[in-house]
Amino acid sequence: MGKALDAGGHHDHHEIPWIRQYIFATDHKMIAKQFMFVSLFFLVVGGALAGMMRWQLGFPSQPMPGGMILPDAMMAPTPNGAIMLPEFYNSLVTMHGTIMIFFAIMPLLVGLFGNLLIPLQIGAEDMAFPRLNMVSFWLAVPAGILMLASFGVEGGAAGAGWTSYAPLSTSGEWTGVYLGQQLWLASLTILGFSSLVGSVNYISTVINMRAPGMTWFRMPLATWSLFVTAVLILLAIPILAGALIMLLFDQTIGTGFFRPEVGGEPLLWQHLFWFFGHPEVYILILPAMGITSEVLANRARKPIFGYHSMVLAIVGIGFLGWIVWGHHMFQSGMNPLLGTSFMISTMAIAVPSAIKVFNWLATLWKADIHLDVPMLHALAFVSMFIIGGLSGIFMANTPVDIYIHDTYFIVAHIHYVLFGGSLFAIFAGITFWFPKMFGRMMNEPLGKVHFVLTLIFYNLVFFPMHNLGLRGMMRRIYDFTQYEFLAPLQPMNQFITVFAFLLIATQVLFVINFFWSIFKGEKASENPWDSNTLEWTVPSPPPHGNFAEMPMVYRGPYEYSSPESDTDFLPQTTPPGGGSSGVPEPTPTPEGVEA
Amino acid sequence: MNWGDWSWMMPEGFSTFTAEVDSLYYLILWITGVTFFATEALLIYFIVRYRHKEGRKATYDHGSTKMEVVWTAIPLLILIGLGALSKGAWDRMKIDVPAGAMEIIVTAKQFEWNATYPGPDGALGTADDFDVLNQIHAPVDQPVWIHLRAEDVLHSLFLPEMRVKQDAVPGRDIPVWFEAMATGDYTIGCAELCGIGHTTMNGTLTIHSAADFQAWASARAEQRPQPQP
Repeated sequence: MGKALDAGGHHDHHEIPWIRQYIFATDHKMIAKQFMFVSLFFLVVGGALAGMMRWQLGFPSQPMPGGMILPDAMMAPTPNGAIMLPEFYNSLVTMHGTIMIFFAIMPLLVGLFGNLLIPLQIGAEDMAFPRLNMVSFWLAVPAGILMLASFGVEGGAAGAGWTSYAPLSTSGEWTGVYLGQQLWLASLTILGFSSLVGSVNYISTVINMRAPGMTWFRMPLATWSLFVTAVLILLAIPILAGALIMLLFDQTIGTGFFRPEVGGEPLLWQHLFWFFGHPEVYILILPAMGITSEVLANRARKPIFGYHSMVLAIVGIGFLGWIVWGHHMFQSGMNPLLGTSFMISTMAIAVPSAIKVFNWLATLWKADIHLDVPMLHALAFVSMFIIGGLSGIFMANTPVDIYIHDTYFIVAHIHYVLFGGSLFAIFAGITFWFPKMFGRMMNEPLGKVHFVLTLIFYNLVFFPMHNLGLRGMMRRIYDFTQYEFLAPLQPMNQFITVFAFLLIATQVLFVINFFWSIFKGEKASENPWDSNTLEWTVPSPPPHGNFAEMPMVYRGPYEYSSPESDTDFLPQTTPPGGGSSGVPEPTPTPEGVEA
Repeated sequence: MNWGDWSWMMPEGFSTFTAEVDSLYYLILWITGVTFFATEALLIYFIVRYRHKEGRKATYDHGSTKMEVVWTAIPLLILIGLGALSKGAWDRMKIDVPAGAMEIIVTAKQFEWNATYPGPDGALGTADDFDVLNQIHAPVDQPVWIHLRAEDVLHSLFLPEMRVKQDAVPGRDIPVWFEAMATGDYTIGCAELCGIGHTTMNGTLTIHSAADFQAWASARAEQRPQPQP
């Protein structure tokens, strides 16, 4: 191979076969795009499932428009149209949660942004293990296919909730779902391996492949958050995988880990699931916080306020996230003495989140705020995350939780964190790094229309769910009008459903903008946002191998509006004194540079 | 739409737990409400006040340790204080079943609630016990101690007006107690997804006066199918 003679890592000179470039790709940027396209597809699927659920809740047991095209196992045909069956509703509840969490939000945050940003932001030519990275994506694909296929099997898709509590999930005897539940278990086990392989890669890359001068405390917060996320994945997924395999054995070969009739313990499943599941919650929010920090500092043209405490908050969440799982189980029958311990630890973990919010607010103080589309989404993240964080305090309080546990209050809470939080951050991230990924800008006016409508409709859908919960409406309930005290809530449910449909329809604007911009968007320069971090020092899109020569890092990532620079930014690669002829830097040699 | 549905008030409660749960709820509502309006107002103010204009340059400022300490310490103290304040109510509701409570067994299974009463001898687990389906009857102003059990999968006994919720777990006997403060008919719901018929798993909690309850219990005990000789 002549390429070995090619000094400086100019791998882009030789031709890569089409299939290695686009399908079985090892380039981290292509894998990031693969994760993006697949997870955006699953986001659409998850949204469609939510739409059907909302139909049943807004118009209980009325014929669903278009329901006739679905099989009889899902819908009961009547002369007026097809009415949703309760078993299909339970599958919708289960699969909406599963698909959104595991196949949309998690791969968007970790698969897309982890792959795209880590090597570029630390100045590496690729991931530490590019082929392992390819394996990670190609394990996620069959997992997704299995999950979708479960809708077509006899008995339908899993219907025991995304949490699949035992014993309901241990046997089709209880749900009517046999193969569907097993496919659910197999699919998530495979997806778990995909995440594990990815996380090992991220951790190795961040530890070993930082460019000279890229010390830990010069790393952008997005990379910091993705690094801590990868550590959480590495430690949490094996717990889930173990639990999934035990449950699969209970289902298929007659073991009794979680089946009380043969001496098993149903609560063991909950402990294992939430011991994974609470770190998972932070896996789904930490990268979103990192993305928000990048966009916020850049578009506010101001250093992030309290960089070190932001890093400590991320690491603190990474530790505290392991000792709060019992707050999902206050009413589960777990020894109530533990309730108070978990309440206190949960209150403690709210503190790092609060620190981050205050630091974001302080970053905006005396800033120069550019309200373009990525910034609007990042600001929406902060605003909505405040609501999601505050509503969590109600449930963390054990006596109040007795009343609101398993009601729509928790449904509102999780959506303020995962949609208002994570998804707005994902929109911020996609619109911010789109020029780097595709070399073109997204359409700004269309992006603003999409943002405004999404923010309004989103709040009209999810805010009233708090109120439904306070009125006592249980979650995961097929027909709430069966309860006399809930029947008067139908108008509010109808209201939510109408705006849910509008919220879904609004996303068409994003899809149009996304695809139109890939082909027709205005050409993007190397650094359209005047950013400091390393990914903006390379062409858009970056070539294979990323950096033509090894970047040297001299300063932190958020040196915006520094007096040292004539402009309002100072890239991490600018040598001391390189910003202008003015102020000299006190330390001439960058910390951590080796000879 | 009924505008009352948008309320952030707790619905009316009828047990001795109501005051404790609801006052903690309102305390948190105040704390979070003030925080919500303060932070969102600040956010909007900063966005408007510091939005980009020609010639504006942001302040070059990396933060302040003093402020970090302040906004770490204040939420920490409030939240831990809130936790400590709630321990008593939680222990009273979930751990300390008062003496002199009327004991019954409630067994959950797909998709019904079965309440077992002690019968004339006053003791549970004897031959004169009697069952009622999807109804729980109890006297007013007397603690009721429910031995909550499940036969098949998880269920969750939800008595919204009594501020009671507790999962029923097969293989366990979980103590649940409450004391109603007013007679009337209230809701029994299942709050844990338990299968296809989950939505239908509801019933009625009837709170009688002490005398009415005695009358009801004796009448039901007599109706009980007699064992064949």
